[in-house]
Amino acid sequence: MDVNTAHDELGQNRPPDEEGGAVLAFREVYIAFDGPAVLHNINFSVAPGETRVLLGPAGVGKSVLLKLANGLLRPTHGSIQLFGEEISDKPEEEMFPLRTRTGMVFQEGALFDSLTVRDNVAYQLIQERVPDEEIDRRVRDALRFVELEETFDLYPASLSGGMRRRVAIARALIRQPELLLYDSPTGGLDPVTSTTIIELIVKERDVYHTPSLLVTHRLQDAFALSNNRFDPELGRMVPLPKGQTDPNTTFLMLEEGKMIFDGSLHELVRSENPFVQEFLE
Amino acid sequence: MAIDRIDRTAKSLVLIVQDYTLFSLRAVSNIFRPPVYWPEFLLQSDIIGFGSLSIVVLSGLSTGGVLALQSASTLSEFGAAAVTGQFVSITMIRELGPVLTGIMVAGRNASSMASELGSMVVTEQIDAMRALGVDPVRKLVTPRIFSTIAMLFFLVIVADACGILGGGLVTVFMNNQDGTQYFAMAWEHLRFPDIVQGLVKPLFFGYILSTIGCFYGMRTSGGTQGVGRSTIQAVVWASVTIIFVDFFLTQIMLTLFSGWM
Repeated sequence: MDVNTAHDELGQNRPPDEEGGAVLAFREVYIAFDGPAVLHNINFSVAPGETRVLLGPAGVGKSVLLKLANGLLRPTHGSIQLFGEEISDKPEEEMFPLRTRTGMVFQEGALFDSLTVRDNVAYQLIQERVPDEEIDRRVRDALRFVELEETFDLYPASLSGGMRRRVAIARALIRQPELLLYDSPTGGLDPVTSTTIIELIVKERDVYHTPSLLVTHRLQDAFALSNNRFDPELGRMVPLPKGQTDPNTTFLMLEEGKMIFDGSLHELVRSENPFVQEFLE
Repeated sequence: MAIDRIDRTAKSLVLIVQDYTLFSLRAVSNIFRPPVYWPEFLLQSDIIGFGSLSIVVLSGLSTGGVLALQSASTLSEFGAAAVTGQFVSITMIRELGPVLTGIMVAGRNASSMASELGSMVVTEQIDAMRALGVDPVRKLVTPRIFSTIAMLFFLVIVADACGILGGGLVTVFMNNQDGTQYFAMAWEHLRFPDIVQGLVKPLFFGYILSTIGCFYGMRTSGGTQGVGRSTIQAVVWASVTIIFVDFFLTQIMLTLFSGWM
Protein backbone atom coordinates (compact mmCIF):
# COMPACT_ATOMS: atom_id res chain seq x y z
CA MET A 1 0.00 0.00 0.00
CA ASP A 2 1.29 3.43 -0.90
CA VAL A 3 1.74 5.00 2.47
CA ASN A 4 1.12 8.58 1.43
CA THR A 5 -2.42 7.77 0.36
CA ALA A 6 -3.13 5.30 3.14
CA HIS A 7 -6.06 7.20 4.62
CA ASP A 8 -7.70 7.67 1.21
CA GLU A 9 -7.35 3.99 0.48
CA LEU A 10 -8.76 3.11 3.87
CA GLY A 11 -11.94 4.93 2.99
CA GLN A 12 -12.10 3.57 -0.54
CA ASN A 13 -10.99 -0.02 -0.07
CA ARG A 14 -13.14 -1.05 2.84
CA PRO A 15 -16.61 -2.22 1.86
CA PRO A 16 -19.39 0.00 3.29
CA ASP A 17 -20.86 -2.82 5.42
CA GLU A 18 -17.47 -3.41 7.07
CA GLU A 19 -17.08 0.27 7.77
CA GLY A 20 -20.60 0.48 9.14
CA GLY A 21 -19.87 -2.41 11.53
CA ALA A 22 -16.60 -0.90 12.77
CA VAL A 23 -16.13 -0.83 16.53
CA LEU A 24 -14.17 2.39 16.22
CA ALA A 25 -13.92 4.75 13.24
CA PHE A 26 -11.97 8.00 12.83
CA ARG A 27 -12.95 10.26 9.93
CA GLU A 28 -10.89 13.34 9.08
CA VAL A 29 -10.02 13.90 12.72
CA TYR A 30 -8.00 16.98 13.56
CA ILE A 31 -6.89 18.13 17.00
CA ALA A 32 -4.80 21.08 18.13
CA PHE A 33 -4.02 22.45 21.57
CA ASP A 34 -2.76 26.05 21.88
CA GLY A 35 -0.56 25.78 18.79
CA PRO A 36 -0.03 23.71 15.65
CA ALA A 37 -2.11 20.59 15.00
CA VAL A 38 -1.14 17.49 16.98
CA LEU A 39 -3.12 15.22 14.65
CA HIS A 40 -4.56 16.08 11.30
CA ASN A 41 -6.79 14.32 8.82
CA ILE A 42 -6.72 10.99 10.66
CA ASN A 43 -8.78 8.24 9.01
CA PHE A 44 -8.88 4.62 10.12
CA SER A 45 -11.21 2.10 11.71
CA VAL A 46 -11.07 -0.95 13.95
CA ALA A 47 -13.27 -3.84 12.84
CA PRO A 48 -14.67 -6.54 15.17
CA GLY A 49 -11.95 -9.01 16.14
CA GLU A 50 -9.21 -6.79 14.71
CA THR A 51 -6.01 -5.78 16.52
CA ARG A 52 -4.54 -2.54 15.20
CA VAL A 53 -1.01 -1.57 16.20
CA LEU A 54 -0.30 2.15 15.98
CA LEU A 55 3.43 2.75 15.46
CA GLY A 56 5.38 5.96 15.60
CA PRO A 57 8.25 7.64 17.42
CA ALA A 58 7.69 9.46 20.71
CA GLY A 59 5.77 12.75 20.50
CA VAL A 60 3.85 12.20 17.25
CA GLY A 61 0.45 12.12 18.95
CA LYS A 62 -0.09 8.37 19.53
CA SER A 63 -1.39 8.76 23.10
CA VAL A 64 -3.54 11.72 22.05
CA LEU A 65 -5.10 9.55 19.34
CA LEU A 66 -5.81 6.80 21.88
CA LYS A 67 -7.46 9.28 24.27
CA LEU A 68 -9.63 10.55 21.41
CA ALA A 69 -10.82 6.98 20.84
CA ASN A 70 -12.83 6.83 24.08
CA GLY A 71 -13.60 10.52 24.42
CA LEU A 72 -11.00 11.44 27.06
CA LEU A 73 -10.05 14.18 24.58
CA ARG A 74 -12.31 15.83 22.00
CA PRO A 75 -11.22 16.53 18.41
CA THR A 76 -11.11 20.10 17.16
CA HIS A 77 -13.05 18.79 14.17
CA GLY A 78 -13.79 15.51 12.46
CA SER A 79 -15.88 12.50 13.33
CA ILE A 80 -15.17 9.66 15.78
CA GLN A 81 -17.63 6.79 16.02
CA LEU A 82 -17.39 4.40 18.95
CA PHE A 83 -19.72 1.36 18.81
CA GLY A 84 -21.60 3.19 16.06
CA GLU A 85 -22.23 6.31 18.18
CA GLU A 86 -20.78 9.69 17.27
CA ILE A 87 -18.66 10.77 20.26
CA SER A 88 -16.81 13.82 18.96
CA ASP A 89 -19.41 16.20 20.44
CA LYS A 90 -21.07 13.96 23.03
CA PRO A 91 -21.39 15.57 26.49
CA GLU A 92 -19.04 14.14 29.14
CA GLU A 93 -21.99 12.85 31.21
CA GLU A 94 -23.19 10.72 28.29
CA MET A 95 -19.70 9.34 27.67
CA PHE A 96 -19.42 7.48 31.00
CA PRO A 97 -21.79 4.59 30.10
CA LEU A 98 -20.08 4.22 26.72
CA ARG A 99 -16.62 4.13 28.29
CA THR A 100 -17.62 1.24 30.58
CA ARG A 101 -17.79 -0.85 27.38
CA THR A 102 -14.10 -0.17 26.66
CA GLY A 103 -11.00 -1.20 28.57
CA MET A 104 -7.94 1.04 28.66
CA VAL A 105 -4.41 0.22 29.77
CA PHE A 106 -2.46 3.39 30.50
CA GLN A 107 1.24 3.96 29.87
CA GLU A 108 2.31 3.60 33.51
CA GLY A 109 -0.68 1.52 34.59
CA ALA A 110 -2.46 4.46 36.30
CA LEU A 111 -3.46 2.27 39.24
CA PHE A 112 -5.12 4.03 42.20
CA ASP A 113 -2.37 4.30 44.85
CA SER A 114 -4.74 4.29 47.81
CA LEU A 115 -6.56 1.10 46.79
CA THR A 116 -5.43 -2.54 46.96
CA VAL A 117 -4.94 -4.57 43.79
CA ARG A 118 -8.32 -6.19 44.47
CA ASP A 119 -10.09 -2.82 44.67
CA ASN A 120 -8.21 -1.49 41.65
CA VAL A 121 -9.17 -4.45 39.47
CA ALA A 122 -12.74 -4.41 40.82
CA TYR A 123 -13.16 -0.63 40.55
CA GLN A 124 -15.99 -0.74 38.00
CA LEU A 125 -17.72 -3.65 39.74
CA ILE A 126 -17.61 -1.81 43.10
CA GLN A 127 -19.24 1.25 41.48
CA GLU A 128 -21.96 -1.03 40.11
CA ARG A 129 -22.52 -2.49 43.61
CA VAL A 130 -21.80 -6.06 42.54
CA PRO A 131 -21.90 -8.44 45.60
CA ASP A 132 -18.53 -8.89 47.32
CA GLU A 133 -18.38 -12.66 46.71
CA GLU A 134 -18.83 -12.17 42.98
CA ILE A 135 -16.26 -9.35 42.96
CA ASP A 136 -13.69 -11.58 44.69
CA ARG A 137 -14.31 -14.40 42.23
CA ARG A 138 -14.07 -12.20 39.14
CA VAL A 139 -10.98 -10.37 40.44
CA ARG A 140 -9.24 -13.70 41.10
CA ASP A 141 -10.17 -14.84 37.57
CA ALA A 142 -8.77 -11.63 36.06
CA LEU A 143 -5.60 -11.84 38.17
CA ARG A 144 -5.17 -15.50 37.24
CA PHE A 145 -5.32 -14.46 33.56
CA VAL A 146 -2.37 -12.13 34.11
CA GLU A 147 -0.72 -14.64 36.48
CA LEU A 148 -0.72 -12.34 39.49
CA GLU A 149 -3.21 -14.00 41.84
CA GLU A 150 -0.84 -13.61 44.78
CA THR A 151 -1.04 -9.79 44.60
CA PHE A 152 -4.77 -9.73 45.54
CA ASP A 153 -4.29 -7.87 48.86
CA LEU A 154 -1.20 -5.82 47.96
CA TYR A 155 -1.02 -2.09 47.24
CA PRO A 156 0.32 -0.84 43.87
CA ALA A 157 3.35 0.73 45.58
CA SER A 158 4.68 -2.74 46.42
CA LEU A 159 4.48 -3.97 42.80
CA SER A 160 7.18 -3.76 40.11
CA GLY A 161 6.57 -1.75 36.91
CA GLY A 162 5.74 -4.91 34.93
CA MET A 163 3.36 -6.18 37.62
CA ARG A 164 1.55 -2.84 37.64
CA ARG A 165 0.99 -3.09 33.88
CA ARG A 166 -0.34 -6.63 34.31
CA VAL A 167 -2.73 -5.49 37.05
CA ALA A 168 -3.82 -2.66 34.73
CA ILE A 169 -4.54 -5.25 32.02
CA ALA A 170 -6.57 -7.28 34.53
CA ARG A 171 -8.53 -4.11 35.44
CA ALA A 172 -9.22 -3.42 31.77
CA LEU A 173 -10.38 -7.00 31.14
CA ILE A 174 -12.58 -7.64 34.17
CA ARG A 175 -15.78 -6.40 32.56
CA GLN A 176 -15.04 -8.15 29.25
CA PRO A 177 -14.85 -4.94 27.21
CA GLU A 178 -15.91 -4.64 23.59
CA LEU A 179 -12.79 -2.64 22.71
CA LEU A 180 -9.34 -2.59 24.31
CA LEU A 181 -7.01 0.41 24.17
CA TYR A 182 -3.36 -0.12 25.11
CA ASP A 183 -1.16 2.95 25.56
CA SER A 184 2.50 1.86 25.22
CA PRO A 185 2.01 -1.20 27.44
CA THR A 186 5.71 -2.12 27.27
CA GLY A 187 7.16 1.39 27.52
CA GLY A 188 10.04 1.62 29.99
CA LEU A 189 10.11 -2.12 30.73
CA ASP A 190 13.03 -4.53 30.39
CA PRO A 191 12.93 -6.97 27.41
CA VAL A 192 11.86 -9.99 29.50
CA THR A 193 8.96 -8.14 31.15
CA SER A 194 7.98 -6.60 27.80
CA THR A 195 7.71 -10.10 26.32
CA THR A 196 5.49 -11.15 29.25
CA ILE A 197 3.17 -8.19 28.57
CA ILE A 198 3.06 -8.88 24.80
CA GLU A 199 2.33 -12.55 25.56
CA LEU A 200 -0.64 -11.43 27.66
CA ILE A 201 -1.92 -9.21 24.85
CA VAL A 202 -1.56 -12.08 22.35
CA LYS A 203 -3.35 -14.36 24.84
CA GLU A 204 -6.19 -11.85 25.18
CA ARG A 205 -6.41 -11.44 21.40
CA ASP A 206 -6.52 -15.19 20.69
CA VAL A 207 -8.68 -16.23 23.66
CA TYR A 208 -11.30 -13.42 23.81
CA HIS A 209 -10.87 -11.94 20.28
CA THR A 210 -11.55 -8.45 21.67
CA PRO A 211 -10.91 -5.76 19.05
CA SER A 212 -8.04 -3.57 20.19
CA LEU A 213 -5.92 -0.57 19.36
CA LEU A 214 -2.37 -0.75 20.68
CA VAL A 215 0.01 2.20 20.67
CA THR A 216 3.74 1.54 20.74
CA HIS A 217 7.03 2.93 19.52
CA ARG A 218 8.71 -0.49 19.80
CA LEU A 219 8.90 -2.31 16.49
CA GLN A 220 9.74 -5.61 18.23
CA ASP A 221 6.31 -5.50 19.95
CA ALA A 222 4.62 -5.08 16.59
CA PHE A 223 6.49 -8.03 15.09
CA ALA A 224 5.86 -10.20 18.17
CA LEU A 225 2.12 -9.51 17.96
CA SER A 226 1.99 -10.32 14.29
CA ASN A 227 4.28 -13.37 14.25
CA ASN A 228 2.95 -15.26 17.28
CA ARG A 229 -0.21 -16.92 18.48
CA PHE A 230 -1.35 -18.17 21.87
CA ASP A 231 -1.39 -21.95 22.25
CA PRO A 232 -4.08 -22.85 24.83
CA GLU A 233 -2.72 -26.38 25.25
CA LEU A 234 0.82 -25.25 26.03
CA GLY A 235 -0.53 -22.19 27.88
CA ARG A 236 1.99 -19.89 26.24
CA MET A 237 2.75 -17.85 23.12
CA VAL A 238 4.25 -19.83 20.20
CA PRO A 239 5.61 -18.54 16.86
CA LEU A 240 3.44 -18.87 13.77
CA PRO A 241 4.91 -20.99 10.91
CA LYS A 242 7.55 -19.15 8.91
CA GLY A 243 6.07 -16.66 6.48
CA GLN A 244 2.71 -16.53 8.27
CA THR A 245 1.36 -13.60 10.24
CA ASP A 246 -1.79 -13.11 12.27
CA PRO A 247 -4.40 -11.99 9.70
CA ASN A 248 -6.33 -9.88 12.23
CA THR A 249 -3.31 -7.86 13.35
CA THR A 250 -2.69 -4.83 11.15
CA PHE A 251 -0.60 -1.69 11.44
CA LEU A 252 -0.92 2.07 11.36
CA MET A 253 1.92 4.55 11.45
CA LEU A 254 1.98 8.19 12.46
CA GLU A 255 4.50 10.82 11.41
CA GLU A 256 4.19 14.33 12.82
CA GLY A 257 0.46 13.97 13.38
CA LYS A 258 -0.30 12.46 9.98
CA MET A 259 -1.29 8.87 9.29
CA ILE A 260 1.28 7.69 6.78
CA PHE A 261 0.63 3.97 6.75
CA ASP A 262 -2.32 1.61 7.14
CA GLY A 263 -1.85 -2.04 6.24
CA SER A 264 -0.49 -5.49 7.07
CA LEU A 265 2.99 -6.43 8.29
CA HIS A 266 3.96 -7.54 4.78
CA GLU A 267 2.93 -4.15 3.40
CA LEU A 268 4.77 -2.42 6.21
CA VAL A 269 8.10 -4.11 5.53
CA ARG A 270 7.72 -3.51 1.79
CA SER A 271 6.74 0.12 2.17
CA GLU A 272 8.73 2.59 0.11
CA ASN A 273 7.96 5.53 2.37
CA PRO A 274 11.33 6.88 3.56
CA PHE A 275 10.01 7.51 7.10
CA VAL A 276 8.66 3.94 7.41
CA GLN A 277 11.94 2.56 6.06
CA GLU A 278 13.91 4.67 8.50
CA PHE A 279 11.66 3.54 11.37
CA LEU A 280 12.09 -0.12 10.39
CA GLU A 281 15.85 0.25 10.22
CA MET B 1 3.30 45.29 22.55
CA ALA B 2 2.43 46.22 26.10
CA ILE B 3 -1.25 46.43 25.15
CA ASP B 4 -1.04 42.97 23.59
CA ARG B 5 0.43 41.60 26.80
CA ILE B 6 -2.29 43.23 28.89
CA ASP B 7 -4.89 41.89 26.45
CA ARG B 8 -3.53 38.33 26.71
CA THR B 9 -3.29 38.48 30.52
CA ALA B 10 -6.83 39.85 30.83
CA LYS B 11 -8.20 37.17 28.51
CA SER B 12 -6.44 34.37 30.39
CA LEU B 13 -7.73 35.76 33.71
CA VAL B 14 -11.29 35.88 32.40
CA LEU B 15 -10.87 32.33 31.07
CA ILE B 16 -9.68 31.07 34.47
CA VAL B 17 -12.63 32.75 36.23
CA GLN B 18 -15.00 31.24 33.66
CA ASP B 19 -13.47 27.75 34.05
CA TYR B 20 -13.58 28.04 37.85
CA THR B 21 -17.24 29.14 37.83
CA LEU B 22 -18.33 26.33 35.50
CA PHE B 23 -16.25 23.78 37.44
CA SER B 24 -17.63 24.76 40.84
CA LEU B 25 -21.24 25.00 39.62
CA ARG B 26 -20.98 21.57 38.04
CA ALA B 27 -19.46 20.11 41.20
CA VAL B 28 -22.19 21.61 43.41
CA SER B 29 -25.06 20.61 41.11
CA ASN B 30 -23.89 16.96 41.26
CA ILE B 31 -25.41 16.70 44.74
CA PHE B 32 -28.91 16.89 43.24
CA ARG B 33 -28.43 14.01 40.76
CA PRO B 34 -27.46 10.39 41.48
CA PRO B 35 -25.08 8.74 42.00
CA VAL B 36 -23.99 10.55 45.16
CA TYR B 37 -20.97 9.00 46.87
CA TRP B 38 -22.03 9.21 50.54
CA PRO B 39 -19.11 7.13 51.95
CA GLU B 40 -16.75 9.70 50.39
CA PHE B 41 -18.57 12.47 52.27
CA LEU B 42 -18.00 10.69 55.59
CA LEU B 43 -14.34 9.99 54.78
CA GLN B 44 -13.67 13.60 53.76
CA SER B 45 -15.60 14.96 56.76
CA ASP B 46 -13.32 12.94 59.01
CA ILE B 47 -10.16 14.11 57.22
CA ILE B 48 -11.20 17.77 57.01
CA GLY B 49 -13.18 18.10 60.25
CA PHE B 50 -11.54 15.88 62.85
CA GLY B 51 -8.15 16.21 61.16
CA SER B 52 -8.20 20.01 61.45
CA LEU B 53 -9.50 20.07 65.03
CA SER B 54 -6.13 20.34 66.78
CA ILE B 55 -4.87 23.31 64.73
CA VAL B 56 -8.22 25.07 65.10
CA VAL B 57 -8.23 24.60 68.90
CA LEU B 58 -4.64 25.83 69.23
CA SER B 59 -5.10 28.84 66.92
CA GLY B 60 -8.42 29.73 68.59
CA LEU B 61 -6.92 29.62 72.12
CA SER B 62 -3.89 31.69 71.08
CA THR B 63 -5.92 34.29 69.17
CA GLY B 64 -8.37 34.79 72.03
CA GLY B 65 -5.46 35.05 74.46
CA VAL B 66 -3.65 37.63 72.33
CA LEU B 67 -6.86 39.66 71.91
CA ALA B 68 -7.34 39.75 75.68
CA LEU B 69 -3.70 40.74 76.27
CA GLN B 70 -3.73 43.52 73.65
CA SER B 71 -7.19 44.87 74.44
CA ALA B 72 -6.85 44.87 78.22
CA SER B 73 -3.89 47.26 78.22
CA THR B 74 -5.64 49.68 75.82
CA LEU B 75 -9.06 49.42 77.43
CA SER B 76 -7.64 49.98 80.94
CA GLU B 77 -6.31 53.38 79.81
CA PHE B 78 -9.96 54.38 79.40
CA GLY B 79 -11.04 52.55 82.53
CA ALA B 80 -12.89 50.03 80.42
CA ALA B 81 -10.93 46.85 81.17
CA ALA B 82 -14.20 45.24 82.27
CA VAL B 83 -15.42 45.03 78.66
CA THR B 84 -12.53 42.76 77.61
CA GLY B 85 -14.94 39.79 77.51
CA GLN B 86 -17.34 41.62 75.20
CA PHE B 87 -14.47 42.72 72.94
CA VAL B 88 -12.97 39.24 72.66
CA SER B 89 -16.25 37.40 72.08
CA ILE B 90 -17.62 39.80 69.45
CA THR B 91 -14.27 39.97 67.61
CA MET B 92 -13.87 36.20 67.64
CA ILE B 93 -17.44 35.35 66.65
CA ARG B 94 -17.95 38.01 64.00
CA GLU B 95 -14.54 38.13 62.41
CA LEU B 96 -11.47 36.28 63.64
CA GLY B 97 -13.07 32.89 64.24
CA PRO B 98 -14.39 32.47 60.67
CA VAL B 99 -11.47 34.16 58.89
CA LEU B 100 -8.64 32.54 60.86
CA THR B 101 -10.26 29.11 60.76
CA GLY B 102 -10.90 29.54 57.04
CA ILE B 103 -7.26 30.40 56.41
CA MET B 104 -5.96 27.62 58.69
CA VAL B 105 -8.17 25.03 56.97
CA ALA B 106 -7.20 26.46 53.55
CA GLY B 107 -3.53 25.97 54.47
CA ARG B 108 -4.16 22.40 55.54
CA ASN B 109 -6.92 21.18 53.25
CA ALA B 110 -6.93 23.32 50.09
CA SER B 111 -3.26 22.37 49.76
CA SER B 112 -3.95 18.69 50.34
CA MET B 113 -6.84 18.72 47.84
CA ALA B 114 -4.71 20.44 45.19
CA SER B 115 -1.72 18.13 45.70
CA GLU B 116 -3.77 14.92 45.96
CA LEU B 117 -5.90 15.63 42.90
CA GLY B 118 -2.89 17.10 41.06
CA SER B 119 -0.88 13.92 41.67
CA MET B 120 -3.81 11.87 40.38
CA VAL B 121 -3.94 14.04 37.24
CA VAL B 122 -0.22 13.74 36.43
CA THR B 123 -0.19 9.97 37.03
CA GLU B 124 -3.27 9.61 34.75
CA GLN B 125 -5.40 8.26 37.62
CA ILE B 126 -8.09 10.86 36.83
CA ASP B 127 -8.13 9.78 33.17
CA ALA B 128 -8.21 6.15 34.32
CA MET B 129 -11.25 6.94 36.48
CA ARG B 130 -12.99 8.57 33.49
CA ALA B 131 -12.03 5.62 31.30
CA LEU B 132 -13.62 3.29 33.87
CA GLY B 133 -16.89 5.21 33.52
CA VAL B 134 -16.70 7.17 36.79
CA ASP B 135 -17.04 10.95 36.87
CA PRO B 136 -14.03 12.23 38.91
CA VAL B 137 -15.77 15.54 39.68
CA ARG B 138 -18.74 13.68 41.14
CA LYS B 139 -16.58 11.13 42.97
CA LEU B 140 -13.72 13.32 44.23
CA VAL B 141 -14.72 16.99 44.10
CA THR B 142 -18.38 17.12 45.16
CA PRO B 143 -17.82 15.25 48.46
CA ARG B 144 -14.83 17.47 49.29
CA ILE B 145 -16.84 20.67 48.75
CA PHE B 146 -19.84 19.72 50.86
CA SER B 147 -17.74 18.09 53.59
CA THR B 148 -15.60 21.23 53.85
CA ILE B 149 -18.67 23.52 54.06
CA ALA B 150 -20.24 21.36 56.78
CA MET B 151 -17.05 20.83 58.77
CA LEU B 152 -15.86 24.45 58.59
CA PHE B 153 -19.18 25.52 60.11
CA PHE B 154 -18.52 23.36 63.19
CA LEU B 155 -14.80 24.14 63.30
CA VAL B 156 -15.61 27.86 63.47
CA ILE B 157 -17.90 27.24 66.46
CA VAL B 158 -15.03 25.34 68.12
CA ALA B 159 -12.58 28.15 67.27
CA ASP B 160 -14.97 30.79 68.70
CA ALA B 161 -15.41 28.83 71.93
CA CYS B 162 -11.65 28.27 72.25
CA GLY B 163 -10.95 31.94 71.52
CA ILE B 164 -13.30 33.12 74.26
CA LEU B 165 -11.81 30.52 76.62
CA GLY B 166 -8.27 31.60 75.73
CA GLY B 167 -9.21 35.24 76.38
CA GLY B 168 -10.73 34.18 79.72
CA LEU B 169 -7.57 32.32 80.77
CA VAL B 170 -5.40 35.36 79.99
CA THR B 171 -7.86 37.70 81.73
CA VAL B 172 -7.89 35.60 84.91
CA PHE B 173 -4.32 34.33 85.14
CA MET B 174 -2.30 37.07 83.47
CA ASN B 175 -4.37 40.26 83.74
CA ASN B 176 -5.62 39.27 87.21
CA GLN B 177 -9.19 40.30 86.41
CA ASP B 178 -12.46 38.71 87.43
CA GLY B 179 -13.37 35.64 85.34
CA THR B 180 -17.11 35.82 86.09
CA GLN B 181 -17.25 39.39 84.87
CA TYR B 182 -15.29 38.44 81.71
CA PHE B 183 -17.63 35.58 80.75
CA ALA B 184 -20.76 37.56 81.73
CA MET B 185 -19.70 40.44 79.46
CA ALA B 186 -18.77 37.96 76.70
CA TRP B 187 -22.26 36.39 76.81
CA GLU B 188 -24.57 39.31 77.60
CA HIS B 189 -23.48 41.60 74.79
CA LEU B 190 -23.78 39.01 72.06
CA ARG B 191 -26.66 39.76 69.67
CA PHE B 192 -28.42 37.66 67.06
CA PRO B 193 -26.68 39.42 64.11
CA ASP B 194 -23.27 38.62 65.64
CA ILE B 195 -24.11 34.91 65.69
CA VAL B 196 -25.57 34.97 62.16
CA GLN B 197 -22.50 36.78 60.79
CA GLY B 198 -20.20 34.27 62.45
CA LEU B 199 -22.10 31.26 61.16
CA VAL B 200 -22.84 32.43 57.60
CA LYS B 201 -19.24 33.28 56.79
CA PRO B 202 -17.85 29.72 57.19
CA LEU B 203 -20.38 28.47 54.65
CA PHE B 204 -18.90 30.83 52.04
CA PHE B 205 -15.31 30.26 53.15
CA GLY B 206 -15.73 26.46 53.06
CA TYR B 207 -17.07 26.70 49.52
CA ILE B 208 -14.23 29.01 48.45
CA LEU B 209 -11.35 27.01 49.89
CA SER B 210 -12.62 23.61 48.70
CA THR B 211 -13.55 24.69 45.17
CA ILE B 212 -10.26 26.56 44.70
CA GLY B 213 -8.25 23.60 46.10
CA CYS B 214 -10.02 21.11 43.83
CA PHE B 215 -9.98 23.47 40.81
CA TYR B 216 -6.21 23.93 40.90
CA GLY B 217 -5.71 20.22 41.59
CA MET B 218 -7.81 19.14 38.63
CA ARG B 219 -6.11 21.53 36.18
CA THR B 220 -2.59 20.49 37.17
CA SER B 221 -0.13 19.99 34.33
CA GLY B 222 3.62 19.66 34.10
CA GLY B 223 4.44 16.65 36.29
CA THR B 224 5.54 16.84 39.91
CA GLN B 225 6.66 20.45 39.50
CA GLY B 226 3.12 21.24 38.35
CA VAL B 227 1.71 19.63 41.50
CA GLY B 228 3.83 21.95 43.64
CA ARG B 229 2.72 24.96 41.58
CA SER B 230 -0.96 24.00 41.89
CA THR B 231 -0.63 23.56 45.65
CA ILE B 232 0.89 27.02 46.09
CA GLN B 233 -1.73 28.64 43.85
CA ALA B 234 -4.55 26.89 45.70
CA VAL B 235 -3.40 28.07 49.15
CA VAL B 236 -2.60 31.62 48.02
CA TRP B 237 -5.83 32.15 46.08
CA ALA B 238 -8.01 30.47 48.70
CA SER B 239 -6.54 32.64 51.50
CA VAL B 240 -6.67 35.88 49.50
CA THR B 241 -10.22 35.19 48.30
CA ILE B 242 -11.39 34.42 51.84
CA ILE B 243 -10.06 37.77 53.10
CA PHE B 244 -11.45 39.60 50.05
CA VAL B 245 -14.92 38.00 50.29
CA ASP B 246 -14.94 38.58 54.06
CA PHE B 247 -14.85 42.32 53.46
CA PHE B 248 -17.93 42.21 51.21
CA LEU B 249 -19.81 39.74 53.41
CA THR B 250 -19.19 41.95 56.45
CA GLN B 251 -20.42 45.02 54.59
CA ILE B 252 -23.54 43.20 53.32
CA MET B 253 -24.42 41.81 56.73
CA LEU B 254 -23.79 45.07 58.55
CA THR B 255 -26.21 46.69 56.11
CA LEU B 256 -28.76 43.88 56.44
CA PHE B 257 -28.66 43.92 60.23
CA SER B 258 -28.26 47.67 60.67
CA GLY B 259 -31.63 47.86 62.48
CA TRP B 260 -30.50 45.23 65.05
CA MET B 261 -27.20 46.83 66.03
